[in-house]
Amino acid sequence: MDRIEHSVIDSLLQALQSRGYVTIGPTARNGAIVCDEIHSASDLPIGITDEQSPATYRLKSGNNHLSFGYVLSPVSWKRFLVPPVLTLFKAVKTSDGFRITNETSAPDTPPQPRKLAFIGVRPCDLQALTLLDKVFLGDRYTDPYYKAQREQLFLIVVNCTKAGGTCFCGSMGTGPTAKAGYDIALTEMDRKEGAFFLIDSGSEKGAEVMRELDRRKAAPEEILAADEASVRTRASMGRTLETDHLKEILADNPEHPRWDVVAGRCLTCANCTMVCPTCFCSTVEDVTDLTGKNVERVRKWDSCFTMDFSYIHGGSVRATPKSRYRQWVTHKLSSWVDQYGDFGCVGCGRCITWCPVGIDITEEACAIRENHQTVLPHP
Amino acid sequence: MKQKRKPKLAVWKFASCDGCQLSLLDCEDQLLDVTAEVDIANFPEASRAVAKGPYDLSLVEGSITTPHDAERIHQVRRSSKFLVTIGACATAGGIQALRNFKDVKSFTSLVYASPSYLEVLAKSTPIADHVFVDFQLRGCPINKLQLLEVVNAFLNGRKPNIPGYSVCMECKRKGIICGLVSHGPPCLGPVTQAGCDALCPSYHRGCFGCYGPKETPNTASISEWWMKQGMSDGELLRLFRGFNAYAEAFRKESEAHEE
Ligand code: SF4
Ligand code: SF4
Ligand code: SF4
Ligand code: SF4
Repeated sequence: MDRIEHSVIDSLLQALQSRGYVTIGPTARNGAIVCDEIHSASDLPIGITDEQSPATYRLKSGNNHLSFGYVLSPVSWKRFLVPPVLTLFKAVKTSDGFRITNETSAPDTPPQPRKLAFIGVRPCDLQALTLLDKVFLGDRYTDPYYKAQREQLFLIVVNCTKAGGTCFCGSMGTGPTAKAGYDIALTEMDRKEGAFFLIDSGSEKGAEVMRELDRRKAAPEEILAADEASVRTRASMGRTLETDHLKEILADNPEHPRWDVVAGRCLTCANCTMVCPTCFCSTVEDVTDLTGKNVERVRKWDSCFTMDFSYIHGGSVRATPKSRYRQWVTHKLSSWVDQYGDFGCVGCGRCITWCPVGIDITEEACAIRENHQTVLPHP
Repeated sequence: MKQKRKPKLAVWKFASCDGCQLSLLDCEDQLLDVTAEVDIANFPEASRAVAKGPYDLSLVEGSITTPHDAERIHQVRRSSKFLVTIGACATAGGIQALRNFKDVKSFTSLVYASPSYLEVLAKSTPIADHVFVDFQLRGCPINKLQLLEVVNAFLNGRKPNIPGYSVCMECKRKGIICGLVSHGPPCLGPVTQAGCDALCPSYHRGCFGCYGPKETPNTASISEWWMKQGMSDGELLRLFRGFNAYAEAFRKESEAHEE
């Protein structure tokens, strides 16, 4: 574990840029902290923080020493790996069928992967990438676009030293400190005389960049202070979720009266799935031109909250809001475990903050747990 | 090779502002492609030439507000193979349906010197209240790209890609930061059908509900939430009483806030 001064962030960005990476990081824009291209450390949201609660997000002025003093951006990293709208291929009609035209020629369809360095990935979002890897890099089916882009990433985690009002990574075991899967991990530490970073590498790629930076060995008390900050952060999560036997409880209680209560509030607007860093569903639309000779297949983010999502011959299988809300929660916290061996929720809290009526997944799961009809094994 | 007969397209106007049919003229880049594929047989905004029916595809703009129009729409239906309504007027009664909430005579007597010459119906109603409609294209005005998609789907014998989900889906795909959550209400996006590509939220404005209620709209829940945030019945009534005031879900919601 090493220590770098705050000013070294610019050298870090330059080191990445000189290796051909586009540096993507947090920046304040239109009343929120978004993830977009940043050129230097001055683009970071210095002295800005965010307050989050169900259906409410506000930027506030914060600690002037900190560049990463906010909690979590509404924009998750998935849009860089799973673009919201992606043209998969173009084709022309021929006398005996059709011919795909863009395999090598059209440069933008689908877009070519870029070398991207993500600066300021939070530990929960890092785990979300691991979950997306299981979906898109599975042994049987691989998404070639995801794979190509994933291989071009440089991941810089910034550990959390402050939890937000809707965070519950502590319950999901994904934060507030990242354990593995990054190239470089930073922890921003505030001191009266200004902030500094603890820095560690998690890969050879990361170590190679780190060697270029002006750094010194971290003092034992600095490492201790970071550990303490992690403990403090874990203890101050805005939300908690009891995960013990949660998978079974949700699976076994499809008719729990609470589903009706929440269905009465849910707008089926799909915001929760759109902001969720692990929701991966998409639909494809085949689009013809007016002549019918040229066609494109376009993939778009979809959600289990839409009627079309479960449309099969004759209608939608999940016609009621109740069945759609239940699909979302049971997938995230129950059937995902059967599919991928882990919960599909990393506890980032985005679905709570960005739900227009403040529906809280932790509160709903907790309500199902009360008076549930599951026979639990004795401890 | 035998030349295939081009399908005949007709545009019809009822009580409306013409904005929707102008969207067709607004398709500048694609207009020549459209005319290459269809015969525009009746389109008063573009040409006075009228070719006789029957028509393969009729685009109907406007709502039914007079006894004469209530007759005429049946003729249009009889002469059309496919009938598609375009815009909030044809699909929900339009902004003129605001009069449905009052006695129409209280307006005509204010506006016209001799209202006794007017033959108007008590309500402004959507086309589907009068005849069978094959497809309804929403919006005030409609999105020209969606119009092209409908014409295109019709020409190619496929289902149009016109989703019934919320404006929020378009907002999020575009990466727009939700103003409802980050600044405060109101934004009708969560109960409004997509189609405008989140036009107003893209310019930091709340959605006005131009595309009408989305599939399974839960207007009661969002109103209840907003009342907890301090919105009044009057504000909610005016919010839902816009271009789609007479669409069922919005109508019921505004009526629930009548004092
Ligand atoms: S379900 Fe909610 S809290 Fe969990 S990962 Fe998705 S957005 Fe975050
Ligand atoms: S919760 Fe819904 S949108 Fe998200 S991954 Fe599961 S089915 Fe897809
Ligand atoms: S839970 Fe909230 S964000 Fe999700 S669909 Fe329902 S109302 Fe929309
Ligand atoms: S700004 Fe409006 S339309 Fe966009 S996501 Fe928020 S509530 Fe939905």
